[in-house]
Amino acid sequence: MPIQVLMPALSPTMEKGNLAKWLKKEGETIKSGDVIAEIETDKATMEVEATDEGTLGKILIPEGTNDVAVNTPIATILADGESAADLGKAAAPAPAPSVAKEVEESRSPVGEGKPMISAPKATAAPAAVAEPDPEVPEGTEMISQTIREALRDAMAEEMRRDPDVFIMGEEVAEYQGAYKVTQGLLQEFGAKRVIDTPITEHGFAGVGVGAAMSGLKPIVEFMTFNFAMQAIDQIINSAAKTLYMSGGQMGCSIVFRGPNGAASRVAAQHSQDYSAWYSQIPGLKVVAPFSAADYKGLLKAAIRDPNPVIFLENEMLYGHTGEVPKLDDYVIPIGKARIVRSGSHVTLISWSNGMSYALKAADELAKEGIEAEVIDLRTLRPMDTDTIIASVKKTGRAVTVEEGWQQSGVGAEIAARIMEHAFDYLDAPVARVSGKDVPMPYAANLEKLALPNVAEVVAAAKAVSYR
Amino acid sequence: MAVPKKTVTKEAGQENGKEKGQQKGFGAPPEFTKAQELAALRDMLLIRRFEEKAGQLYGMGAIGGFCHLYIGQEAIVVGMQMALKKGDQVITGYRDHGHMLACGMEAKGVMAELTGRQGGYSKGKGGSMHMFSKEQNFYGGHGIVGAQVSLGTGLAFANRYRGNDFVSLAYFGDGASNQGQVYESFNMAELWKLPVIYIIENNRYAMGTSVTRSSAQTDFSKRGISFNIPGEQVDGMDVRAVKAAGDKAVAHCRAGKGPFILEMQTYRYRGHSMSDPAKYRTREEVEKVRHDQDPIEQVRNRLLAAKVTEQELKAIDAEVREIVNESADFAQRDPEPDASELWTDVYR
Repeated sequence: MPIQVLMPALSPTMEKGNLAKWLKKEGETIKSGDVIAEIETDKATMEVEATDEGTLGKILIPEGTNDVAVNTPIATILADGESAADLGKAAAPAPAPSVAKEVEESRSPVGEGKPMISAPKATAAPAAVAEPDPEVPEGTEMISQTIREALRDAMAEEMRRDPDVFIMGEEVAEYQGAYKVTQGLLQEFGAKRVIDTPITEHGFAGVGVGAAMSGLKPIVEFMTFNFAMQAIDQIINSAAKTLYMSGGQMGCSIVFRGPNGAASRVAAQHSQDYSAWYSQIPGLKVVAPFSAADYKGLLKAAIRDPNPVIFLENEMLYGHTGEVPKLDDYVIPIGKARIVRSGSHVTLISWSNGMSYALKAADELAKEGIEAEVIDLRTLRPMDTDTIIASVKKTGRAVTVEEGWQQSGVGAEIAARIMEHAFDYLDAPVARVSGKDVPMPYAANLEKLALPNVAEVVAAAKAVSYR
Repeated sequence: MAVPKKTVTKEAGQENGKEKGQQKGFGAPPEFTKAQELAALRDMLLIRRFEEKAGQLYGMGAIGGFCHLYIGQEAIVVGMQMALKKGDQVITGYRDHGHMLACGMEAKGVMAELTGRQGGYSKGKGGSMHMFSKEQNFYGGHGIVGAQVSLGTGLAFANRYRGNDFVSLAYFGDGASNQGQVYESFNMAELWKLPVIYIIENNRYAMGTSVTRSSAQTDFSKRGISFNIPGEQVDGMDVRAVKAAGDKAVAHCRAGKGPFILEMQTYRYRGHSMSDPAKYRTREEVEKVRHDQDPIEQVRNRLLAAKVTEQELKAIDAEVREIVNESADFAQRDPEPDASELWTDVYR
């Protein structure tokens, strides 16, 4: 059967074009790939190549015709053994299905079954169900450890457990870690599994992701997350999206870890909080613990997780000591916040080093008769909205505390969720305490001013309590 | 596989005495057996017909977004694949349909992904630039220029870590060759002796910018010199030369000697993507390569000279056309992914 040549679309948005010129005449032999015509659009002149072989049977649209709609038959091609007499029987290739699709309203997975303002037509996202912390049996010995030691133990335990786990990064091996977090790992596991990289964040992040795609479980240490900006393309475009882009075939079990946020007197380029950046990305999990026990249990969970996990540490906390249960396998599920202090008057929500301001503020507030409930989010994505909402329904007031900037920050996200799910329970607008909207200054006094402090948290808690 | 005796490639640093960035004379490559010629012809034809059909479906609006065709470059993936063994990995950028077909991925699944249907390799969620097959050791399909070079180096890292003798092939273009992470990867690959072959498909244009306008060093086989990575220029239009170079590079990698660079000199007949107005080169230039160097015609002519009949060749044509037509039918008939797929595969 003769084949119809249709007016092609040269871009997804093209609806019509001008048939400028025929380069083949009726009766001429055509090979696949031959340029047979030229088409003009408002943007360019393009060539139409034959994709079938045969003879140009009939030109249906003469050259010089303007505004020919896409998919209009413009010529017929006769296959071997066909003649002009067969022209009436021409079969058009199936026209494309209409590109216009119903734009379905959908919403992000935050809802978790809560009432929505508009009924979505798309199926709702599955709700993430956070598991509770593991039971720590009564009488379990607690050991006093620095966060630095808790991190090292978590990695060492996981490396003993699974030969596919390895760590790579700058100065992780012979130097024993720029912040001594990997101390002793080279001695125990050898250079094959504890790998010093060149200073080449973009490259080694990509190497780590490639190794993870083939089934290994890398821990990639960034000396600080400030340097990970060089690598953020591999983290987001390669690690976070591959599972989805492959229809579930190929994922990436990898941990990117290192200190995040402000340290001390290292100024703007070394003092940025990336919590909000990574927590925006579907496909990533983002963990930012505060206590030593959480650092250990959550890092073990992150290493076992089959997804890419951003593990945000804090340099100011590395030397802090906390009680860690002495258990063979202390793993804390990702995605569950912890109520660190119960109270009924106001909810303080924070994570990582923000918790130090929140907890001290709660002490101050208690002296004045305000009982604050303090929530340590621990995981930023998936965010444990349920714990936040349950607390706000009880207290009616909320203050978020973060070292990062306010605009599009994690505090802004928490405030929006509270508004969506507990608006009627609020007795005051949610308040945010955050880092100031400036690059981090170097001078000691200015740096102090740029960060949140206990007094600001106390003041915010009082303000939402109208006291 | 033995290293070929004849010189079919030029080692990095060897002068070719020709104009920068242009193809030049290579020695005669080792002959193929008739069976190899027939297999190469069939595999290259499949890619060409598939790509022509994809172009047609794009023109009909059945394929959306970006669509980068491989027409003209077929000898590279087909020749390299002939040098590999099962278990070796392949990764490339966004001009990737040919690589997938050469790796043994089914035309139907690839075409259905192009049309965004549930039967596509990524259930319609990846599209032209993002397809994968664990089964066929194809690791994508990457849309960010140069990213696949670090990832492919990571695949090689994993091979070394596991102590197997598999080799990873990281394909990229002359354009990607100017990305920083390529050199970060070169450094680590040689430092750690990783079994990775960097295949630079020099088709002379990074989108619309010719190599002479984008690259200070247009001999891409030299790009590894400061890392001590050996490199060769290869006639990427001759599938025999590609395979011979591939054999040599693979042997180098399997022997634990570290990475190898192959600059494949090639040409793409079609635009960078489907919406390329082709103002940066002349039709004569395209026609000349097509006429003088077409990788498929070269094999066809050799087979005819070797007394293979037109009839035999037509049978191959017919077989390939049937596969392609079936894939196109399937890709238009298969339903779009279910709306519930929106939320799947974000996490596992």
